[in-house]
Amino acid sequence: MKYIDEFRDAALVRRYRQSIARITTRPWTMMEICGGQTHSIVRHGIDQLLPPGVSLLHGPGCPVCVTPAESIDMAIAIAGEAGVTFCSFGDMLRVPGSDGSLLAAKARGADVRMVYSPLDALRIARETPSREVVFFAIGFETTAPATAMAVAQAARDGIENFSLLVSHVLVPPAIEALLSTPDNQVQGFLAAGHVCTVMGYREYEPIARRYRVPIIVTGFEPLDLLQGIYLCLRQLEEGRAEVENQYSRSVRRDGNRTAQELMRRVFTVQRQRWRGIGEIAASGLGLTAEYARYDARVRFGQNRTASEPPTECIAGMILRGLRKPLDCPAFGTRCTPERPLGATMVSSEGACAAYYRYRRHMADSGRVVSR
Amino acid sequence: MCLAVPGQVLTIEGEDALTRQGRVAFGGIVKQVNIAYVPEATVGDYVLVHAGFAITTIDAEQALKTLDYLAEIEPDEVP
Repeated sequence: MKYIDEFRDAALVRRYRQSIARITTRPWTMMEICGGQTHSIVRHGIDQLLPPGVSLLHGPGCPVCVTPAESIDMAIAIAGEAGVTFCSFGDMLRVPGSDGSLLAAKARGADVRMVYSPLDALRIARETPSREVVFFAIGFETTAPATAMAVAQAARDGIENFSLLVSHVLVPPAIEALLSTPDNQVQGFLAAGHVCTVMGYREYEPIARRYRVPIIVTGFEPLDLLQGIYLCLRQLEEGRAEVENQYSRSVRRDGNRTAQELMRRVFTVQRQRWRGIGEIAASGLGLTAEYARYDARVRFGQNRTASEPPTECIAGMILRGLRKPLDCPAFGTRCTPERPLGATMVSSEGACAAYYRYRRHMADSGRVVSR
Repeated sequence: MCLAVPGQVLTIEGEDALTRQGRVAFGGIVKQVNIAYVPEATVGDYVLVHAGFAITTIDAEQALKTLDYLAEIEPDEVP
């Protein structure tokens, strides 16, 4: 397909590998914060093309993985109410809350449906006015405009049997939270290309300056990732800390202003709990007063906090870049995608799921692959 | 989750600011997509589609620049 195949060119990949090896003089640690990039890196073995000592940590880039247990508990409680049709992206259905998953609720008889777009949930609400249709709005800035549009259309068209359980999260506050921790190991970031397609990258510029870290807005194909890594390493080697845009075919500095405008009308920024990380100030979205009547928490009287049950799962440390999936003693044995202990193994974009799919033979043979 | 797929706009229908639609071809598959967030898009453009929405138009010139980048900065290296 155009704009995919040419960015997988093997000759150019080999050339980037050589160029990266040539400009690298010492060990460096970078992090990507996007489950799509994590998946692409592990699938294509991009991390294995890098010189010894240069490593990629997989950050909290999977929205399904960072959705807090309390949101899932509320989703299950709402889905269990009479007359409710509960709609969610498929990945979210199997993630355990503090007691069970949405899929288990469906098995008990709740009307839980998998949708591809929030507009699908809105369509169900239009077609079945006798049901209360609730959409589980999760995702980063990439997905928030889709949610915003569904709410705006509902309000304009007077669809009142539709509401949202909002658990959207924002990337820049998470980067700042990681950089502010004393045990931070990350020296440079690959910023998520599709988040920046919507938001642009102005908000990353003060972070690069304040924390002295290069931030490269990066795409998803092998050549995108290798070029992003090359640009990041070049800055690190030269002692620079700037924002650069590798993914310029999609990302403009100001992002998508039409989408941002509707997001501002529908959402307000608020504090948010991240699973495995904790609460981060100004890192989530809630509905503005104008759209507050579409808030499922208010409509169904849900307001709870849940503590995450203790397990041997190290997802929290993986999301903070302190461990890699193969460091976990439960990986591939007591924790698999079929019987996951943590969300990073559930979601197809979670780091553990990506390693399980492409690297589990390395865990079996006892080879040390974490660098 | 933030997966977005490039496709080519075949048709554009409607002028409404919230529901402007287009038929978009992804290889051999054609889907109806909301294109309200890319008012600049015209028929023939490539857009990136996420969760049923086009979120940007793809800049063909920048795509070529990205592919030519190494050759430009390291012209002396043997490819």
